[in-house]
Amino acid sequence: MSKLYFTEDHEWLNVDGDNATIGISTYAAGQLGDVVFVELPDVGKTANKGEDVAVVESVKSASEIYAPVSGEITAANDTLEDAPETVNEDAQGKGWFFKMTVSDASQLEGLMDEAAYAEFIKE
Amino acid sequence: MPGLLLSGHIMTDDNLQRTPLAGLMEELGGKMVPFAGYAMPVQFTPGIMAEHNWTRENCGLFDVSHMGQAYVCGRDNAATIAALEAIMPGNLAGLAPGEQRYSLLLNADGGILDDLMVTRSLNPADDGRIMLVVNAGFKTEDFAYIAANLPSGITLEQAPDKALIALQGPKAAAVMAPLCADAGAMVFMQARNTQIGGIDCHITRSGYTGEDGWEISVAGDRAEDLARLLLENEAVQSIGLGARDSLRLEVGLCLSGHDFDASRTPIEAGLAWAVPKVRRERADFPGAAKILQQLADGVPQKRVGIRPLGRAPAREGTHIHLGGEHVGEITSGGFGPTLGGPVAMGYVRADLSAPGTAIELMVRGKAHPAEVAKMPFVPQNYYRG
Repeated sequence: MSKLYFTEDHEWLNVDGDNATIGISTYAAGQLGDVVFVELPDVGKTANKGEDVAVVESVKSASEIYAPVSGEITAANDTLEDAPETVNEDAQGKGWFFKMTVSDASQLEGLMDEAAYAEFIKE
Repeated sequence: MPGLLLSGHIMTDDNLQRTPLAGLMEELGGKMVPFAGYAMPVQFTPGIMAEHNWTRENCGLFDVSHMGQAYVCGRDNAATIAALEAIMPGNLAGLAPGEQRYSLLLNADGGILDDLMVTRSLNPADDGRIMLVVNAGFKTEDFAYIAANLPSGITLEQAPDKALIALQGPKAAAVMAPLCADAGAMVFMQARNTQIGGIDCHITRSGYTGEDGWEISVAGDRAEDLARLLLENEAVQSIGLGARDSLRLEVGLCLSGHDFDASRTPIEAGLAWAVPKVRRERADFPGAAKILQQLADGVPQKRVGIRPLGRAPAREGTHIHLGGEHVGEITSGGFGPTLGGPVAMGYVRADLSAPGTAIELMVRGKAHPAEVAKMPFVPQNYYRG
């Protein structure tokens, strides 16, 4: 049974056991506008929580994507390289960025669930 | 994703000035951001890409009222033009009534303080009165510099109560036709006083998107009526500054303060055409000795167009390398929706300025292959009759 979390940086993580899939929220994709480029992390790289591991670029600007937890990158969504618009079309589905292991489950405690995130973006 | 929520609640920021069209822009869904001290729409609901494409295919309406409008006034045209040619390298004496020129405001070293539009009125009653439009971010400095350099008897009258609307795109002429009988007879860089839908205004057939269109100077208190009238045509959509930037970049137009500044001469900036022969011969503009020497001997660095070969945009400030050596920097860069790929301009060592030259762009520590490219990247679509 997987569980969906959100960070204050507008990223989502879908955690299933020790593995997480990460992307940006539908709200973030809407705010960012048309995504024209995504730079993905190298598989096998170890990242600490808060480290910038990927980049998403709209027409206007580049934004960093942080590792929401510490762990090892296990997969990257290569389809975004040729179809970055997938991030706008399906941010919380096919527009995922990368997968990583969750090396310290306690890092999930401070994150928001879907309802809390919905409140967070209303502010 | 820091910086994501760029807009915040700046609409209530007392420190930002509002143009006469700010309320309408908000009503139309404009995402207002601070720009040059004004609250300006960076984009509307369709987003930068859709707004850019709309302007290339239909007609975009831009609020550019933040730009600085002013008149330089002397006893006759010759007196006013002489005063302006003392600080600009353009052939302003060659301006016929109802003509506009792009020119540059130069400092004593030939450095570019700003670029601007210079317009001679078509109306004989306005003889000696030359209109200037300068960039929003520099208008305070520009007007101070101009005023300080005018001889006695020539004055600078700022027009802060006027709004400026840019109507741009291949359908602009069809939008104007039923509202303004004079518009269709104008060609690129012509100007005249007229009425649009009965509203008095001064229009020039020009703009900064590479498309056909007009810039419309209108009293601030009539600007909203005029904008609403133009927006009644279904070919017209309001467009934000985000798309204005990608539109001008694709046609190779400079952004003042980025693609040149006071440390660059017109020759380094690839704007030698703005220093025409008649002025070179007279050598009577600021920095003439330096600029003429550069024309004869070349420059160390030159502004060029750049096409990244991959998909990664290279933004302003990106270092340009060749074989591990630093050879220049990107000054404007992003994604060109009409090109469907990344596009940039910047300065490179002069020996690398030929189109087709391979260079490397250092994006986030990695070298990305790119090529020096001819500008404009997208053909300009001006109406020349």
